[in-house]
Amino acid sequence: MSQDINTDGLREDLFGSYRVTPGVADELFDAKGNMRPVWARFVHRFQHLSTYEIRTRFERGDQYLRDAGVFFRQYSTAPLQERAWPLSHLPVILHETEWTTICAGLSQRADLLEQVMADLYGAGQLVSGNHLPAELIAGSHHWLRPMVGVTPRGGHYLHYLAFEIGRAPDGRWFVLGDRTQAPSGAGFALENRMATGRIFPERFPRAHMHKLSNFLNAFREQIESLAQGAGGSPAQPALLTPGPSNEAYYEHTYIARYLGIPLLEGEDLLVEGGRAMVRTIDGPKPLGALWRRIDASFADPLELDAQSHIGTPGLMEAVRQGNLSMVNALGSGILEMRAMMAFLPRISEVLTGAPLALPNIATWWCGGAPQRDYVRKNADRMMIGSAFAVDLPFDLDATTALGGEFRDGAQRPIADWLEEEGASLVGQEAVTLSTTPAWEEGAQGDHLVARPMTVRIFATRTAQGWQFMPGGYARIGRSPDATALGMQRGGSVADVWVVSDKPLDQKSEPKRPHRRFRRPEDSLLPARAADNLYWMGRYIERSEDALRLFRAYHLRLATTDNPADPRLRQLNQYLKGYGHNLTQAVPDSLIERLEAARGCAAKVRDRFSTDGWNALNDLLSTSQRMSRSAVPGDDAARAMSVLLRKMTGFSGLVHENMYRFSGWRFLSFGRALERADTLASILSYFAGPGAPQGSLDLSVELADSVITHQRRYRVETNRDTVMDLLALDVNNPRALAFLIHRMHELARALPNAERHGRPSQLVRHLLKMETECTICMPEDITPEWMTRVRHNIIAVSDDLTAAYLR
Amino acid sequence: MRYEIQLTIDYTYESGSDRGRNIVRLLPCFIPGVQHVEQARLIATPFPDEERHLIDFFGNSASHLVWHNPTPAVSFSIEAYVERLQGDSMHDMSPPLVSLHKELIASRSLHPESPHHFLGPSPRTGPMSAMTAFAKDAITTSHSTLEAIEAVGHALHREMKFDAEATTVETPPSEAFEKRHGVCQDFAHIMIAALRGVGIPAGYVSGFLRTFPPPGKPRLEGADAMHAWVRAWAGQTMGWIEFDPTNDQFAGTDYIKIGHGRDYSDVAPVLGAMRSAGGHDSVQTVDVIPLDH
Repeated sequence: MSQDINTDGLREDLFGSYRVTPGVADELFDAKGNMRPVWARFVHRFQHLSTYEIRTRFERGDQYLRDAGVFFRQYSTAPLQERAWPLSHLPVILHETEWTTICAGLSQRADLLEQVMADLYGAGQLVSGNHLPAELIAGSHHWLRPMVGVTPRGGHYLHYLAFEIGRAPDGRWFVLGDRTQAPSGAGFALENRMATGRIFPERFPRAHMHKLSNFLNAFREQIESLAQGAGGSPAQPALLTPGPSNEAYYEHTYIARYLGIPLLEGEDLLVEGGRAMVRTIDGPKPLGALWRRIDASFADPLELDAQSHIGTPGLMEAVRQGNLSMVNALGSGILEMRAMMAFLPRISEVLTGAPLALPNIATWWCGGAPQRDYVRKNADRMMIGSAFAVDLPFDLDATTALGGEFRDGAQRPIADWLEEEGASLVGQEAVTLSTTPAWEEGAQGDHLVARPMTVRIFATRTAQGWQFMPGGYARIGRSPDATALGMQRGGSVADVWVVSDKPLDQKSEPKRPHRRFRRPEDSLLPARAADNLYWMGRYIERSEDALRLFRAYHLRLATTDNPADPRLRQLNQYLKGYGHNLTQAVPDSLIERLEAARGCAAKVRDRFSTDGWNALNDLLSTSQRMSRSAVPGDDAARAMSVLLRKMTGFSGLVHENMYRFSGWRFLSFGRALERADTLASILSYFAGPGAPQGSLDLSVELADSVITHQRRYRVETNRDTVMDLLALDVNNPRALAFLIHRMHELARALPNAERHGRPSQLVRHLLKMETECTICMPEDITPEWMTRVRHNIIAVSDDLTAAYLR
Repeated sequence: MRYEIQLTIDYTYESGSDRGRNIVRLLPCFIPGVQHVEQARLIATPFPDEERHLIDFFGNSASHLVWHNPTPAVSFSIEAYVERLQGDSMHDMSPPLVSLHKELIASRSLHPESPHHFLGPSPRTGPMSAMTAFAKDAITTSHSTLEAIEAVGHALHREMKFDAEATTVETPPSEAFEKRHGVCQDFAHIMIAALRGVGIPAGYVSGFLRTFPPPGKPRLEGADAMHAWVRAWAGQTMGWIEFDPTNDQFAGTDYIKIGHGRDYSDVAPVLGAMRSAGGHDSVQTVDVIPLDH
């Protein structure tokens, strides 16, 4: 059954399947079935596009997201599986007048939440005054006892919020959930906007939309001012992430980069003298504010959840001593508790004397007998679930009853359940959400369908009150079922346009005071990030060295076609010693190395260009693909050449495009060190005194120096020419002397390379090695000399680690 | 009764540790009319770089100690002189168990003494149906709350065997209960879960037990280490009472209290460890010497 809609002038192929359910509000059509004026002009233009053009435009949006590397992490399936960002290409369009009304209501709500928070961690009058049951607060693990009596620096608990709102059948908006703990999505909202910009680039509609960027500028100012220490002592803000395995990690890297603040994990921090500090390559540096994207109880394993592996011992103490602002204050998760919705309407009247301007989803706590009775009698139009849960109402789990039935089909009567466990249950009115157009590809052609949706609105505290991000984020259901909204369930996400009737004069938007240009200091480099860059350099080089060795092997295999050839045997034996299995054309060990490099890169994505990241991924996926098809011999040799060229492409990106900040130095150091070590190992093995005939040529080939050798020495290889070119020549980028000199240069540019007029241990060590190379003659190079070089390389790595990487 | 208390806990680390941060709850607390602390001091070796003494949510004194440099070993020791007095007599003024719930609802407070903190699941004691069933078997509907607490404690003591070797500090209470053995920490956690299961708010008490029994009496179980027992809420009038399921008695003048919380995790003697790659080891020695004769 569906409601009649006025489709005059609408294309049958697009709108023929659009159904508005009676008793459900629709964004596109009003209650009488007429198109809402705010959509009319957009729909009119949209209709003029051919289906082919629409598909091409949508593909352009998807392509943008793929190129930008936007993904979100999917839980529960294979480890760390990433999924493309599920963009619903059509926007949700709301008029600015309606938006202003919504924001006024949310502003009131945000202030109310702040008051509730202050009471729950302060006087506790809401409980003693019988407006909130003590057992709900005391029974929630989101109410953090160490925070009781702690007043946050600056006086406010809440600084950054999100609200999930929906439209009721009567057309009014209501709140489904308050996100007060660590709301995610603002970064994705920006990406939604970028992607829809590719799909609908025309002046209409773009000039009519309110921009999203002002909101993030306001938020940046807020966290910067929160970070200022007592007496204005310099301290900076940072984003605290749970790390790459979190579903929103991509967003954390994206938004940290957008705001220009460091992305940190718990192990990057330490607390000393009651202050939170970042462990950097230059020692501990003070932090003034943390935008935490981890649940508060994980922030400090010492005073909060002891099971946490992503927190920092002592953070609670830094907060207690008033040296660290948290966005939001630790313990703010209590406001997300579902049961809170049952009490907020009354609390609003008590604390502010006014009812909620924007109602929230009707909720009954089943701990009270009359409420329990009400829920039991109306169970068929209720969602019944845990009172303590902090999920949004449509994120139902197995132990939720909907419409009088358990989700998992349990046998137990609802009435018994309510009677026995009422105090830990709430009933919430089953949600009827409005529908909005979504694109569906079908056998009979592509068309528009009506799907349920909720809108997420972000809010930041500013000196002038709450400011809201104008649109950007709506969740769209996969099916007409309102409970299929979550992305983990295959729902999608749409941009929300808040539009004005006339083009917005972008100049009239509030201008920020112009600040005098100051070249910024190099941003601080956390020791862990440096460590990952260093190891990424080492793994990349390790892969490249392996590629060269494999290529040499397969070329020789192709030309001799004789596995018993002594040089092949020698190569094979050498490679076996490093765990390479040459019966595989693309050995697993190579893919493991590339994966290790990618694993390191994934942990420092905020410092990495999208192009670099894509080049690395391409290298990995190409080798995985080749490993399935390549065969030993000529074919494998060619595969290795392809991979080597891709590797060079990646190195070029790093070398040509990466800013020479300390991070780049660690990456380069890692490469130089690994290359030197491989080279020393190859020279020991293939150019030692007893090496078989032809193996000197092999070492020259492995060091990519065949042509140089011919040009410089004009003779056959002998031990002296090989040692001169590959060990002692400072102009050959593949010689030990060159690499040691390079490490020396890099080490001198690192912080604390000199202290009290004396070089650091790392520099001293490299200086000694460099001198040894300079004064050494080819005939002096004995196997013992080479062994000493390799020992020294290990020692240099240890020096670097001890001085900078922990 | 006056006591001299000596305690030392030594930690050694396999590989030298990085910076360390600990919260230590070892000093006896002051309870007006019940426990008077004449002298008490905590010594940490090596000398910590930072030291702050705070009062936690439940009113326990907690020493926050920080070391900035690696140390291969850390040791905590206390020396204290405490007078333990006979508290109020244990006259049963508790409500019938069936009406305890009404008193609980009437208690509208988040104050640290509020029973509401001690009824729901806590980090170490989630809801455990086996213990709830055990508690239900041990009590009758005619019991007063106090009688019910005692009955559960007796039943546990009958059922469980004290075995200092059977469990470690990490053993979950459910496992200790299933095997019917454990140390004082297990006894306490199991009793807490059992009491909460039948609606009686219950918490964990950490402290000491006199090492040498009065002449002619047997040595108490668990006296050679730190001890733990249970506090339970016997209604608005009686308030909190303390019972030791390991020794099947109310906690009297043989008991010196450090502090209490919802379970072990709130009052662990030493919380936190050094940031260290390898494992660590700890050794504890306790002496609680009665000074009156």
